[in-house]
Amino acid sequence: MLPSLSIFWEQLERSFAICKKDIRIYYSKGPVVVFGLIFPLFLFLAFTIGRNVTAKELFPGLLGMAVFFTATSVGPAILPWETRSKTLERLVCSPVSTWAIFFGDIFASFIFGMLISLVPLVVALVIGVEITNLLVLGISMILATFCFASLSVLLSVYPPTDIPATVMMLSSLIKFPLVFISGVFVPVEQLPEWAKIAASLSPLTYFTDLAGYAVNGVSYYSVPVDLAVLAAFTLVFLIGSVKLHERFLPQRFS
Amino acid sequence: MGIAVAVHNLTKHYGDITAVDNISFEVNHGGIFGFLGPNGAGKTTTIRILTGIIKPDEGKATIMGHDIEKEPLQAKQVMGIVPEMSNAYIDLSAWDNLMLIGELYGVPKKLRIERAKRLLEKFSLYDRRDQLVRGFSKGMKQRLILCMALINEPSILFLDEPTSGLDVESAKLMREMITELNDGGITVFLTTHNMEEANKLCDRIAIINHGRIAAIDTPENLRMKSSSLQSIEASFDYMVNMDDLAKISCIKQAEKMGDKIKFYTSDPNEALHCVMNYARLHNLRIITLNTLAPSLEDVFLKLTQTKHEG
Repeated sequence: MLPSLSIFWEQLERSFAICKKDIRIYYSKGPVVVFGLIFPLFLFLAFTIGRNVTAKELFPGLLGMAVFFTATSVGPAILPWETRSKTLERLVCSPVSTWAIFFGDIFASFIFGMLISLVPLVVALVIGVEITNLLVLGISMILATFCFASLSVLLSVYPPTDIPATVMMLSSLIKFPLVFISGVFVPVEQLPEWAKIAASLSPLTYFTDLAGYAVNGVSYYSVPVDLAVLAAFTLVFLIGSVKLHERFLPQRFS
Repeated sequence: MGIAVAVHNLTKHYGDITAVDNISFEVNHGGIFGFLGPNGAGKTTTIRILTGIIKPDEGKATIMGHDIEKEPLQAKQVMGIVPEMSNAYIDLSAWDNLMLIGELYGVPKKLRIERAKRLLEKFSLYDRRDQLVRGFSKGMKQRLILCMALINEPSILFLDEPTSGLDVESAKLMREMITELNDGGITVFLTTHNMEEANKLCDRIAIINHGRIAAIDTPENLRMKSSSLQSIEASFDYMVNMDDLAKISCIKQAEKMGDKIKFYTSDPNEALHCVMNYARLHNLRIITLNTLAPSLEDVFLKLTQTKHEG
């Protein structure tokens, strides 16, 4: 094996060690799991109760909310927590590349997001929602969860604080507007023109569109466009989070 | 003897403040190197640069031949680090902390289990291995941190104030462990405020002040170089007037220390005679009279220009 490839795999293994640590410390807590399940459900119900819509119509939005909120729920707070407890110093002075440290955090958010999002999916299947294209749904769920997990780590870049509440508040300021412009509550085709433009700027729009396609067989954008844009967002968030964290990391130790 | 740590013209600024100002030094392989300095002198900044936590603005540092900026992974792979404040994961058990660090250093599973067991037994933590670190005392946390620093069997161990805040017994155990590890071939880079500790443990010492190296030598040479800090110590059967003592010609400075008086002089022999004459003239009985070589603390205080108190 080439030395650089062997180093890459070695670093990836160390990323998984960080991922396991994150899951044990931050994700496998009762309140976190319950919050991941309940919060998107209640937010969704708040906007749908009283409207005459079927479970099949509700499904893309609910799944979109579940994937988005669970994959971004804890990620932004990990770095401030670890800065405060000085464990970030422990990670940085170990032989693990900066990118591998953040990949570990992203993997943990990804695994948590995927597992929790399976719950509404299973519930939907149990109550009779028919998934016509499971492959598209599977690929889009994996891609979207990874995309939002990367976003969650990106959200903790600035300010380089050791106060988790500060980061959580600022990340909410970004997460909630994204949900409202993403065709979760109202399908994109029913939005006014200005809102359609705004919706196109949110990665959640493309996942909701794909989830809609998986159950209804129709989508606002074409499936390849949805997947390509989602992949592009994932790359931007992934590279952005690693590069920007590298840029601001020294400020956490000063 | 090879060079374990080589530092050349290292500089680090924080805004307008120069935390580390163009310092250079070397640490020999297999030695215990003490890095002393008052608070804010630049010790922790230097250790953070050497361990790859922060980058220097200028200069270069190599650890076991690996440039910490150009080959950070290789340099970090051979280090063990014991920071001033415990940074174990308090929501993980002692065992899980060791397994995590072992994985981060790429120690194979079988080997890290063996090493973790051996280290926890050695540091009397094996019975508490499944307990969350949250419930550990400071001494236990510090022992665990040392276990974590040793799981990769490092060639060099960085310890930042390792005995700070520990009780007497834990501090003694820590010092014994440092000596034992060094005897086993590990190079030790140690920062401490404890002069007695530095004097006993280190074979070379650097004193840093305002970001610059004020002196670097063996503890004995540092003490011998400071001839102006030689002193004699005396106690009398009656209280004496310190103003009168200050007038004795061969005494540079007289300082009351409890029931004793310390006389600083460049000529201890002459000072002894002066003090005995003074006692005779004032009908004082000398209870104790000793000549003292300058302590490391005296040298440290002189070099860091800290005023004596009392």
